[in-house]
Amino acid sequence: MQKMLVSPSPHIHTDLTTRRLMLDVIIALLPATAVAVLFYGWSELLVLSVSVISCVLLEWAITKFLLKRPSTVSDLSAALTGLLLGLNLPSITPWWVVLIGAVVAIGVAKMSFGGLGQNVFNPALVARVFLLISFPVFMTTWASLDMHNAWTIGVDAVTGPTALTLFKENHGAVKDVLMQTGSAGEISDLALLIGFAYLLIRRVIKPWITLSIWATVLIFSGILYLAAPGTYMTPVAALLSGGIMLGSIFMATDYVTSPMTTRGGIIFGVGIGLLTIIIRNWGSYPEGVSFAILIMNAFVPLINKLCKSRKFGRA
Amino acid sequence: MQNLTFKMGGIHPDDKKISARSKVEILPLPEKVYVSMAQHLGAPANPVVAVGDQVKVGQVIAEPAGFISAYVHSPVSGTVKSIGPRADLAGNMVKHIEIEVSGDEWMEDIDRSTTLITKIPQDNAFILDRIKKCGVVGLGGATFPTHVKLAPPPGKKADCLILNGAECEPYLTSDNRIMIERSSEIIVGAAIMSRVLDNCPVVIAIEENKSEAIMIMSSALNSLAKTMPECGRIAIRVLKKKYPQGGEKQLIDAVMGRQVKSGGLPIDAGAVVQNVATSLAVYEAVQKNRPLITNVLTVTGDCLTVQHNYQFRIGVPLSFITEYAGGVPNEAAKIISGGPMMGKAIANLDATTVKGSSSILYLTREQTERRQETACIRCGRCASACPMGLEPYLLYKLSKVGDNAALEENAVQDCIECGCCLYSCPAGVPLLDLIRPAKGNVLRIIKSRK
Repeated sequence: MQKMLVSPSPHIHTDLTTRRLMLDVIIALLPATAVAVLFYGWSELLVLSVSVISCVLLEWAITKFLLKRPSTVSDLSAALTGLLLGLNLPSITPWWVVLIGAVVAIGVAKMSFGGLGQNVFNPALVARVFLLISFPVFMTTWASLDMHNAWTIGVDAVTGPTALTLFKENHGAVKDVLMQTGSAGEISDLALLIGFAYLLIRRVIKPWITLSIWATVLIFSGILYLAAPGTYMTPVAALLSGGIMLGSIFMATDYVTSPMTTRGGIIFGVGIGLLTIIIRNWGSYPEGVSFAILIMNAFVPLINKLCKSRKFGRA
Repeated sequence: MQNLTFKMGGIHPDDKKISARSKVEILPLPEKVYVSMAQHLGAPANPVVAVGDQVKVGQVIAEPAGFISAYVHSPVSGTVKSIGPRADLAGNMVKHIEIEVSGDEWMEDIDRSTTLITKIPQDNAFILDRIKKCGVVGLGGATFPTHVKLAPPPGKKADCLILNGAECEPYLTSDNRIMIERSSEIIVGAAIMSRVLDNCPVVIAIEENKSEAIMIMSSALNSLAKTMPECGRIAIRVLKKKYPQGGEKQLIDAVMGRQVKSGGLPIDAGAVVQNVATSLAVYEAVQKNRPLITNVLTVTGDCLTVQHNYQFRIGVPLSFITEYAGGVPNEAAKIISGGPMMGKAIANLDATTVKGSSSILYLTREQTERRQETACIRCGRCASACPMGLEPYLLYKLSKVGDNAALEENAVQDCIECGCCLYSCPAGVPLLDLIRPAKGNVLRIIKSRK
């Protein structure tokens, strides 16, 4: 008889891998990516390419030269961070600003904590907020949605404000929130919702964090709207504008930086929803989702400690 | 009626019942058998024969060595050759009785006919004594002595006897086959156990992937009901396909909607669970005075050309069975006794079958090789899969540092070692490998406090 393997049970395991999960999230981002590239053209392609390539190369270099560990880029998490970072930036962000963002995301927010699974804060969001504070002009100048201009070489993009900036500055009416000027990944809520559906169908994420953010935003901004309709946005506009869709579907649901239990996830989501509306209405920035998620990331260890799973036979 | 299932956790591995249609064949007699003294939960039995003794099939060769222990009978006729330690499946040295087979001479008081006897003895003490004297133990995996389980402690009462026909482990089909081929005997066995438990109702629980067994058991119950009033207390319920449905606590939850309290016994929730194969053994013991000397086991694997279910004499060496089934396939990289989720990898084919042997399963390297462990991404799949509602990722971390206080606080002692956590981890983290010994440590600490 040939030598047989002997190991403890179980002797079979799922085909699902970390790489497959990351790939599924990347696939779910493809509709939003396609819309962004379509409307923002060459400049968007440049931002996304620089972001993804530099994130992957940085992680490879850090594991090889600094940590002297086997490379982890094949798990695709660095590529995903790169894609998310790119989608969080205006399409006309200069390439070197994108590069700085990648260094912050991978170098500071991810690898210095110990790499995948160890980071407290969502790497792409840390980079977005870092860039927002360091380069406020680049980070709040968006190209207008103009497909013709976007694909013509040599023509400078016409810039335009986002719905939220417009509202913050002159309380103007919000015309069209389903297609809006903004960071690349934020222009089409429909594309993001398709991605959400894909993630749910593939069972990559559970819906509770996302849904509790939406519910909180709707209720909180609904109360404000009813109290002073002229001052505050309608709840639906508040939900569909800015980065709430991208943040609630793709950033707040990041496994590593969100709570483990459903109950914890709901508390986490409610916190993000409340903080987002507070920052939007009374903070100095027009958009608050990124800050809200990062602040709630910090509470995750506490939430995990307080929201234990319900155990069998210990009611 | 909607199919039942347990509420917390669980996984859906491919059920791979590729041997489900293979009829039970009777395995021929080997030249020698080696009968283990430790094939039940509890104290190993004491041999009552000596080297050189002639024994018959069904003769007692070892007696229980305590309250929780069991009789062992000779599965063959022949001569006792030796009594001494021998490596079991896992490689542990256990006392075995070696018997050289000659002929096939049975004890005269065993009824070997196939006539179905439906008249149930009225005397509970007689029934329990027969079950005990025939060495019947639970055949669902734990091999707990059946007569002990059928005699609830004073003040405890069974509200329901659940006959476990879930067979939720992938690949295993021996329970499926006996439900198809021995349905009436299993039902009479259930009626006998119900009588002992103050005529409590019986639910025969079968997973939905065994439609043939469900059909045949139902029609057998219907036709028996015409002559056996006891059958009015017996019902068949279909379960959804989900692992570990056959786990005692999960099955009680699925069928009765009750949770056995942590550290408690099924009887505390008013339940007694017995496997369908145990029910068959009870029938043979009580109605036929036939001790537990045979059982049915599946020989299966995707790399095996022909799938088999064998009725074997307990004590037959595994190598005899694998040879008879055509040899170990070349592609086999791991041989498992039991199912792929909770079975034991066999280190040694010279080991012998025991009362609880349920299968010989061949897995290829591709099917069974552990993936390289990568970083936990905190996806929570282990916690969602845990049927006990534990947090395996946390228990794993605590096990690594040996924090017994925190492990106990997080209920590591409730772990049923079903393997759902390790199965479902996308990062290949060997969760149960570390949680299992940590649970052992914590259980020892809890015990030492008493």
